[in-house]
Amino acid sequence: MSFVAGCDVGSLAAKAVILKGRRVAGSAVVRSGPKPALSAKKVMDAALEAAGITMDNIVCCFGTGYGREKIPFVKESVSEISCHGKGAIFLIPTARSIIDIGGQDCKVMRLDKNGDLEKFITNDKCASGTGRFLDVMAKVMNIDVSELGSMSLAAKDPVTLASMCTVWAQADVIKYINERRSAPDICAGVNAAMANRVAMMANALGLENDICMTGGVAKNKGVVNALSRIMGKRIKEIRQIDPQLVGALGAALFALESIN
Amino acid sequence: MERIRIMITAGCDLGSRTAKAVIMENSTILASAVIPARLNPVESAEEVINLCLEKAELSMNSIKAIVGTGYGQQQIPFATRLESEIVCHGKGAFFHYPSARTIVDIGGQDSKIIKLDEKGNVIQYSYNDKCAAGTGRFLEIMADALGFDLEDIGEAGRTCVERLSISNQCVIFAETEVVSLINEEKEPGDILNALFRAMADRVCSQARGLLIEYDVIMTGGVAKNTGVFEALGQSMGVSLKTITDMDPQLNGAMGAALIAGQISS
Repeated sequence: MSFVAGCDVGSLAAKAVILKGRRVAGSAVVRSGPKPALSAKKVMDAALEAAGITMDNIVCCFGTGYGREKIPFVKESVSEISCHGKGAIFLIPTARSIIDIGGQDCKVMRLDKNGDLEKFITNDKCASGTGRFLDVMAKVMNIDVSELGSMSLAAKDPVTLASMCTVWAQADVIKYINERRSAPDICAGVNAAMANRVAMMANALGLENDICMTGGVAKNKGVVNALSRIMGKRIKEIRQIDPQLVGALGAALFALESIN
Repeated sequence: MERIRIMITAGCDLGSRTAKAVIMENSTILASAVIPARLNPVESAEEVINLCLEKAELSMNSIKAIVGTGYGQQQIPFATRLESEIVCHGKGAFFHYPSARTIVDIGGQDSKIIKLDEKGNVIQYSYNDKCAAGTGRFLEIMADALGFDLEDIGEAGRTCVERLSISNQCVIFAETEVVSLINEEKEPGDILNALFRAMADRVCSQARGLLIEYDVIMTGGVAKNTGVFEALGQSMGVSLKTITDMDPQLNGAMGAALIAGQISS
């Protein structure tokens, strides 16, 4: 059976998924550098190594993401919206709404019964409600962004951030650090502020069940729980793969379709 | 013969970044002061009014009325009355320019567009304190990123040799663009000029939310930044005016002192 691949070069992370048939044979996530072509090569090499194969084994590779036009080894490139939809439906066939939060943007999309895109909204103008918001706050708190979710689960009395703007929220976080509020309480406040901003977009679009979350921020349990609470709707968790890989998976599925 | 009554009043504007005070005798400014805001707003208010009293060689007892305004107005212990910044800025600008119909006030952490009628009454306004883009904070962060003192960037970015463009208005995203431009070894003056145009576009779209009517006056600390002032005039397509016979940052405090004069006469 032949191998296909999907490569998703985002603003902050590059992702690659290799499929053998419809099964994931290897995957990788690396930090994006300033040159999308280099990031693409780096992440692809890592995924190939994980799969124990070489580029010669890949019959077809599709690209997506912010840097998709710069990936040298792809046959075609597809929009992130299409790839996230494709990947999410593959993992959760009942998915109708997808919230994808990436490093520097946020997209909310709705699919019809066939998995085709019905409607979407996107924010890449304002850092609030994107992964960047969490990065800024984690940096101020001197913790790794991946700890924001797990730490927040121990919160007893979460802080409230008065503003959604990343700049003002950062000042609020510094104020709370100086007031010696506990790290879990601050983390929970940060996640809630993030969720509030995303919920505004979700409400503007109107979501239908099942809802799932993709992108790196979906790994933050604090944001997922807060978002689910604010919207009053359950979010179905993607368990089969790292949710950050869903865009690359979608690209790989498009590559698979193109050869069949 | 009617004697002219001499009345001394004061205005105190407690902003997010600075505290301002103005002492007036009828319609003349006796003294003014601007200080950076302290952590404790009550201390800021007391410090700025005492500094101002010292300059005027007056004591608190000689002030008939003091109007407090600004973000921290609730913390001014000596205020006779409080008044919104919108009204105070309108009052101050109208005093300098009776032709003023639109005021653009950019402070340390907010931006306001105020519309006046021919009597100087506020008829409409819009207020942004939700997003740091288009406020003084935008400039502070960019000055920092470029290693400049805030007061020097206006002149440094007034003109450009190479016309760069900053595509983001969000402070966080624009800062990333600045870092890339620095890495591309672009000239700081050219980067600043591009930033001023981006900021001007942001404020201009806020102003367009209301109907812009002449004359348009710019007030607040950012009015002292010649680069932003010129970029904003261009973006709005108007010949923008600012207050030249005093620090435009004092406009709110002066408006407050004028209102203090009205309430006590």
